[in-house]
Formats: sequence, C-alpha cells, structure tokens
Amino acid sequence: MKNDTPSHERFIELMLFLFACVSIISVIGITFFIFEEGLPLFVHVNFFEFLLSSDWSPTADNPSFGILAFIIGSIFVTTISLIIAVPIGIATGVFMSEYANPKWSSIVRKGIELLAGIPSVIYGLFGFFFIAPIIRTLTSSDTGLGVLTASIILGIMVLPTIINTTEVSLRAVPRELKEGSLALGATYWQTIIRTLIPAARSGIIAGIVLGIGRSIGETMAVLMVAGNSPIMPKGLLSNTRTLTMNIVTDLKYAEVGSLHETSLFTTGIVLFIFILFINLLVHYFMKKSLERTQGK
Amino acid sequence: MVENNKLSAKRVDLFYGDFQALHDVSLNMEKNKVTALIGPSGCGKSTFIRCLNRMNDVIEGVTIHGDILYDGKNIRTDFDVIELRKQIGMVFQKPNPFPMTVFENVAYGPKIHGIKDKTRLDEIVETSLRDAALWDEVKDRLHKPALGISGGQQQRLCIARVLAVNPEVVLMDEPTSALDPISTSRIEDLIDVLKRDYTIVIVTHNMQQAGRISDKTAFFYQGVIVEDGPTEKIFFNPENPQTEAYITGKFG
Repeated sequence: MKNDTPSHERFIELMLFLFACVSIISVIGITFFIFEEGLPLFVHVNFFEFLLSSDWSPTADNPSFGILAFIIGSIFVTTISLIIAVPIGIATGVFMSEYANPKWSSIVRKGIELLAGIPSVIYGLFGFFFIAPIIRTLTSSDTGLGVLTASIILGIMVLPTIINTTEVSLRAVPRELKEGSLALGATYWQTIIRTLIPAARSGIIAGIVLGIGRSIGETMAVLMVAGNSPIMPKGLLSNTRTLTMNIVTDLKYAEVGSLHETSLFTTGIVLFIFILFINLLVHYFMKKSLERTQGK
Repeated sequence: MVENNKLSAKRVDLFYGDFQALHDVSLNMEKNKVTALIGPSGCGKSTFIRCLNRMNDVIEGVTIHGDILYDGKNIRTDFDVIELRKQIGMVFQKPNPFPMTVFENVAYGPKIHGIKDKTRLDEIVETSLRDAALWDEVKDRLHKPALGISGGQQQRLCIARVLAVNPEVVLMDEPTSALDPISTSRIEDLIDVLKRDYTIVIVTHNMQQAGRISDKTAFFYQGVIVEDGPTEKIFFNPENPQTEAYITGKFG
C-alpha cells in the first residue's frame, strides 16, 4: 500500500477486502445470533440441568429441558462411525499413496470424489432402504434404525475426508525417510507402519478430527436412520437422537417465542462449541503436521 | 586379489525406461578399503551406488543387466533383498533421521530385525553411537527428537543407524554435501576409522575429499567408468585425458 499506487488499484484492493470480510462477518453474525437467541434459556432453566439431565419434555405442563441424551447420542454415533471409518480410511489412503499404480489410484480417487459429493439426503435414503433392512435381518432390531445404522452411514460419509488427508499426508513424507528405512533392510510394510505413518501422523489425525466434525454436524442423513427417540441410547441397536436431530425435529412444533424454541438455539450453542473445539484441534494438528514434514 | 573383492560389478547396464544411465560398468570394491566414485553431476555414480544394495528396485521403470557379486554371490539371485540391505547399509546425501528420538533412530534397524530385549538394544545403541563418534554429544539427549540435533550430528546419527544393523559394507551417497566444513571433516575422520571394520563405497562431488579418504577411485563420465584404480594413480598419474581434465578441474 505505497502512496504511489494508482487509485483504481486501491479501489480494487478495497473491494476485494470487503468481499473477504463477508465470511468473517457471517461467522460473527451467526455466532452472535445463536448465542443471543439461546443463552436466555438459562434465565429459566438451570445450566447444569440442561447439560446433565436426560429428561427432554419441553411441552409438558412442568417442562424439562435436559439434552444429555442428545449429547451422548451425538458422541456415541460419532464414535462408532469413526471406529468404522478410521481403519478403512487409513487403509485406503495407504493403498492409494503407497501401493496403487497411477491408473488404479485415479479410479479410486474419482470414486471417492463422487462419494464426497453425494447429498446427505441420498445417504439417508441409502441407509433407510438398504442398510436398515440388513441390520433388521441380522439383528434383533425391529426397525433396523438406530445407532449402528446411523454410524455406518456417517462412517461412509466421513471416509473421503480421512482417505484424502491420509493420502496427502503420506505423500508429503520425504522420499528420503522411506529410502532410509528400506535401506536398513525394513520391508515395505514395516516402513509404512514404522516410518511413514508415524511421520504423517499429525496430518492423519487432523483428517480424523475433521471427520469428527463432519460426523457430529451431519443432520439429514442421521435424521432418516437413527430412529429419533429422545432417550438415552442404550446400545448399538437403540434408537437415538443427536443434537442436530433435536433442533430439526423440535423446530417443527415448537411455539414461536417459547422457551422450547429458545432451548433449540441453546442446543445449537452446544453443537457450536463442539465444532469450535474440533476446529481448534484440526488447526493444531495441521500446524504440527506442517512442522513435521518440513523437518522442524 | 580376487578373493579380496567384497563387491564386484560385472558389465552392468542400467536403464530408466528407454534412457540408458549406466553403460557396461565393471568395478571391484575391495574389503576394508574405501572406494570413491567421482564424476560430474548426472554421470551415473549415484545410480551405480544404488545398484549395490538394490535401492533402484524402489524406482519404477528401472531395468538392470549384468551381475553384481557380493562375497562372490549374486545380489539379485542369491540374496533376499532384506538380507542384502542388512549387510550392505547406506547413508544418504541429505541426513534423513526418522522423526523420532535419537535412541529410536538407532534402535530402528535392530528392532525391525527382531531384537526386542531392552538391555541388548541399549547396548547396540550405545556401541553404534560410539562407533559413529556421536555418543558423547548425544548421550544426554537420547530420548529427545533426532530432528533437534545439528545437521552434522544428524548425518553421524544416520551412520550410527546403519552400523546398528551390523553391516559389512557401508555405502555413502555424497554424505557430506549438505554439511559445513567442520562436520565434513568429522565424517571424513570417521570414515577413516570405519574402514578397519567395514568396506566403504562413497560417492563424492568433492575431489579433495576423494583424495583424502579413498584407497581406490573410479571416475564416472556419462554412465561409463572412464578409469579406475588406486586413488594416487588416478589423481597424480591418470591414463585417460578425460580423467586428467576432470581431476585438474577443466570440467565438471
């Protein structure tokens, strides 16, 4: 921004700056909005009761707003989805970066890109009409809906994220490290397990945390397959409701301006804090990964 | 003489796809001697040294003709590549310690080859670091990240890592090109000591270095060994005019 910059250049710079502000303003706006709408709940409802009670009866004569069941539901479904997705995702990433020839890895990559682009409602349909019947046949579940089905669907949904970050982080490991290990007489597999994956660790973890964020924030697909009972999930086949599902479901019948409606924004705050925390983690691991591959 | 050859290459041709990088290369590398491979960039010396422990296997599209014998046995047909690389270690151009602790770097080789006993590993790590003249500098930071020590120390760590596997031959591909003069001279001193127990083959860009440390020298040019023989002869009485031109700095 020297003084001799022509004025039309300065104008362009200013315009670009203003456009760049749109996303920042949006984030600040959304944050302010959900906190402004959600926080007043605590005037009427005890903060700890809201977080630690699993009694959700917002329309009862003596209403109760406890979202613990949904917090647990979100964590439960997310955890199981990662247990499914992490091994498959890392294995696929390793395959693509270390084993697949260019032709194969390009085929797999196209498949993964498609997978990432499928709208979540389609995942929901797939879960409802394909996974749920299988679960119903294989288990004692009556509907086939619930934690397990939701987790499988979410697991598939976060696969692309985990695969991509694993592949990218592995490819970023300097060739010298791989050769150093092979030259010591390590097998290719030993080299992958003991050198490449540890060297790419931070990047892979960043991908997993990104996947957690995606899983915990997903709404439509889980809404269609998780069963949606506002109860504490008791097991893999139990119906469950997540934080996101709670907002969508109850928004349909919460009276405008009611405490019930406010409580949905408060649920949003909890979700927001989860996501914020996850983003900080991703940031941290990305930074660490960069430092590692640059040998600092 | 023949039985003194630890490694010998017989009429080796190497192709990267269609490009021929080595032409009919034959060279004997004697036991407990330092053999230096010199020549201008792209002359094939690094390609050749990577043939000796089959590191070129990793690269796609490489085909090799001709034989390389290690202790009289063919490295391709008589050895499992893992076993071969255990016996023929390699130090690279850029120090490449693994992103783990100093201790774990040295213990890496023994561990993958099945040594689990903690005291045995401690022993190996200490001996290897002493042999690489690094022990005194790192003994208090064995469990600190290896990337935290200096470049010269990292390269000696990489040498220690190779020694920990107990090889017979140590290949060095321009091991000092990324180092400052003081670190370089420490590594040269080390090579002089190591040759008592190991056979060493070293690629170097640095003519003076080849003169200082090697017993035998082979001059590579455009994928061919132009001349090889005792280092003194190559340096002071070369037969081939190209060798002389390179040694005296007329090209390269």
